[in-house]
Amino acid sequence: MNSKPSISDVTVARRRPLSPNIQIYRPQLTSVLSIANRITGVVLSLGAVGLVIWLTAAAMGPRAYGAVHGVGSSWGGRIVLFGFTFAFFLHLCGGIRHLVWDTVHGFELRSIYISGWAVVGGSVALTVAAWTVSLLLAG
Amino acid sequence: MRSPLARAEGLGSAKGGVKHWWAERVSAVALVPLTVWFLGSVIAHAGGDYDAVITWLKTPLASLAMIVLLLALFHHTALGLQVVIEDYVHSDARFAALIAVRLGCLALASAGIVATLRIVFSP
Repeated sequence: MNSKPSISDVTVARRRPLSPNIQIYRPQLTSVLSIANRITGVVLSLGAVGLVIWLTAAAMGPRAYGAVHGVGSSWGGRIVLFGFTFAFFLHLCGGIRHLVWDTVHGFELRSIYISGWAVVGGSVALTVAAWTVSLLLAG
Repeated sequence: MRSPLARAEGLGSAKGGVKHWWAERVSAVALVPLTVWFLGSVIAHAGGDYDAVITWLKTPLASLAMIVLLLALFHHTALGLQVVIEDYVHSDARFAALIAVRLGCLALASAGIVATLRIVFSP
């Protein structure tokens, strides 16, 4: 299509030495939360597809809605929805942490770890709270 | 967000990096209340049947918030997945993947909005 070599062509052709990558580093809270924010974002994209399926079923009528609701209420469905809930809260809390960073606050190493553990603790607590209230209301 | 001097001197990226970064933040800020509202509403209707969900979605606030949620959610999703593809897909599939994500998000947002409007205007 064009004469410009792609990035992969250049890499294969030259065999340049690569600097050490993630595989030799011990996982740290900072790096784990960084990649977790990206993974949960991709997972939540699938959750967004689920939202559209749920809305479309509701628009189609009681039978279609009942089928989708049945899948969501099954044990397998509940486990998946629990996972989506945790992914949502982790991405939400991690996203708020990023928005605070965007205001150039909280970059000291101590602050980074405090906010990091707050994201982990907050996500777990909010997930458990959401499901507790949900199950209590459902009776 | 670029300073007038940087713009005038042509420094920095000549592409849409600033616009992308800014749109990701604006959609993120919008999604904080919208997603929390949605999750709270779903939990409140957890034991609710079809009629309860339809009655809820027919209220002006719920239908309006749902449409704004769909717009912000799929805009944010498209921007986020675009970065993931740009970072990890180096083959010729990159261009196809970027187009697929953009069109897929547009189609899903449209389908969600159409479904919401069908519920609002159903008898």
